[in-house]
Amino acid sequence: MAEKFDLNEREVWDGNYAASQALRQARVDVVAAYPITPSTPIVENYGAYVANGYIDGEFVMVESEHAAMSGCVGASAAGGRVATATSSQGFALMAEVLYQASGMRLPIVLTVVNRALASPLNVRGDHGDMYLGRDSGWIQIDAFNAQEAYDLTLCAFKIGENHDVRLPVMVHQDGFITSHTAQNVYPLSDEKAYEFIGDIVPVDDMLDFSRPVTYGAQTEEDWHFEHKAKQHKALMDSRPIIDEVFEEFEKLTGRKYNRVEGYDMDDAEVVIVALGTTVETARVAAQELREEGVKAGVVGIRVFRPFPFDQVRDMLENAKSIAVLDRSSPGGAMGAFFNEVSAALYTTPNRPLITNYIYGLGGRDFSVSEAKRIFLEQKTNVDAGHITTDIQQFSGLRGPHLGYFQTKRS
Amino acid sequence: MAITSIKNLKEFSTNNDRFEGAHTLCPGCAHSMIVRELMNCTDDNLVIASNTGCLEVSTAVYPFTSWDTSWIHIGFENAATAVTGAEAMFKARKRKGTLKDNDAPVKFVAFGGDGSTYDIGFQWLSGAMERGHDFTYICLDNENYANTGGQRSSATPIGAHTSTAQAGTHSYGKKQKKKDIVAIMAAHDAPYVAQLAPNKWKSMAKGFQKALETEGPCFINTVSPCCTEWKFDPKDTINITDLATDTLMFPIYEIINGHELNILYRPKNVLPVEEYLAAQGRYKHLFKPENKHVIEEIQKNINEYWEMLQRREEARV
Repeated sequence: MAEKFDLNEREVWDGNYAASQALRQARVDVVAAYPITPSTPIVENYGAYVANGYIDGEFVMVESEHAAMSGCVGASAAGGRVATATSSQGFALMAEVLYQASGMRLPIVLTVVNRALASPLNVRGDHGDMYLGRDSGWIQIDAFNAQEAYDLTLCAFKIGENHDVRLPVMVHQDGFITSHTAQNVYPLSDEKAYEFIGDIVPVDDMLDFSRPVTYGAQTEEDWHFEHKAKQHKALMDSRPIIDEVFEEFEKLTGRKYNRVEGYDMDDAEVVIVALGTTVETARVAAQELREEGVKAGVVGIRVFRPFPFDQVRDMLENAKSIAVLDRSSPGGAMGAFFNEVSAALYTTPNRPLITNYIYGLGGRDFSVSEAKRIFLEQKTNVDAGHITTDIQQFSGLRGPHLGYFQTKRS
Repeated sequence: MAITSIKNLKEFSTNNDRFEGAHTLCPGCAHSMIVRELMNCTDDNLVIASNTGCLEVSTAVYPFTSWDTSWIHIGFENAATAVTGAEAMFKARKRKGTLKDNDAPVKFVAFGGDGSTYDIGFQWLSGAMERGHDFTYICLDNENYANTGGQRSSATPIGAHTSTAQAGTHSYGKKQKKKDIVAIMAAHDAPYVAQLAPNKWKSMAKGFQKALETEGPCFINTVSPCCTEWKFDPKDTINITDLATDTLMFPIYEIINGHELNILYRPKNVLPVEEYLAAQGRYKHLFKPENKHVIEEIQKNINEYWEMLQRREEARV
């Protein structure tokens, strides 16, 4: 039986600490982990809880992130609750096993503290690792601050372990900006938190020998396609269950989460669509601009996978000019996030103007004034009735302007 | 500990059968003999992990499985990590009392070929051994990447022809000696490490039982002759294995706690290595006059290694 951990009604936690407290309250059975900046404190804290009796679990410190996720897969197939954390290069090293975890339908929870991918080596936050995971078959939930990192990690267990979902879940937070910034966090009591998540009820438990199971079989052209289709369907079908979990969480805490978060969107003409802490920065800019008469709004994507195509479309279809902000090196294409939002908007009758900003790579600060400038560029587009800038441009870059592609006008 | 009798091969071979004969391994492949022996030598529940390789691709092709026990395959390199993750979960759940049967003994076993053991999964294996999990890792050593068509591994002996270390007019095949995986595993301070062979089925079953009974990480290297890539008639698998052990190309021994070395088989008549080499197509180029020196070198290596094993056995170091 675990020791009692004293919590105050209001704690001052950074995002890492918040996530690790959620792991403690979820009574995670096994954490197999390898440390990497900036996510290291999450697994260090779990280890400290084990060492001091605050949790009855197994802390397996392996020799690489690939092994961390491999250990999580073995542990999860053995029927208990499993979590780990990583960032950046560690996430990239895990990539092979991420696909196997989701293919085997194992409800592992992975906190990804977003950090840029080398080269050049960089420990600061951008979304390169988050994007790398986008086709891996995991549910991806994005926290914009420490409170959300805590709340959404609790939700992640309940979503992933639901028998109608049975999928691994990533909970993302921005490296350093969220992970290392102390903020007010209102935790649940241990009892309330655990009651919300509930016991894990394993499916295909390797430790139930009355019913032997084979995990990780081979399928070729005869069955592989059907398996992958089922996996995609499971992701798509998780949408209403995610909504239900968010509703239940609201009843418990008063804090409401949505797969797509809209701020000041009722009459918004110019909109920033973003992920992570940038959503909060853009909200401050939007509120300030509204005082100057600019109808600015912000859309933050809470659940990046399964991508809320219809909700994004519905929320944005009446806007006039939209900036989609990609915090990941686009590698010779439009930003991936821009492409997804654009695809959703292409199905609307109005088809708002839409532009792509690449920003904040390697932890380059994204300021309120930069967000305002982006909003005002959208306003110029609205007034002109067409895109007046390059369709893709780098924002906050040193040296000469870098941008690509212009609107075709007859 | 429920260990079964190993007095009689006929009885033993039908005991507790949890590995179905319906698999797609090559006829004459020794893998299935070794796997069956492992699974027959205990009545305990088994969680088995396999690395990608011949064994894995031949025993779990959806919608079929040869495994009548819990089995998992993730990737080429990480069976040791998968099974030790399951072992950690077993410990956690046993303490909490959430297992379906909380009292039943469970053994954790990982299988890998020499590709995954000596090469691509070496780090994962070393990590799992160092962490001290209670599990047994068994290498099915057929001295090449047989599943992908016979490329060299670091277990391939010097002089053998493989598709990526070819014998030709300017080459006698692989230039490097075989990696000494048993010594490396013993150096992890593992409580039980052994090298065993399926022709000596009793010593192999006893070794498996010792490994399963010993708490902590145990490692066993087994020779698994590969008729397809070593190029011999499938009916000769055990004859080839006899030559491997009687020429001391593949000595049978165990190391307890990293230093107590026991030789488990001493051939009455040690055969010259030519007899072993001549029985396999992968060595046939060595019998050309210009490659004679390679055979001499192989024989010299064998003699030196056997001498070393005997000295270590005597010295207990």
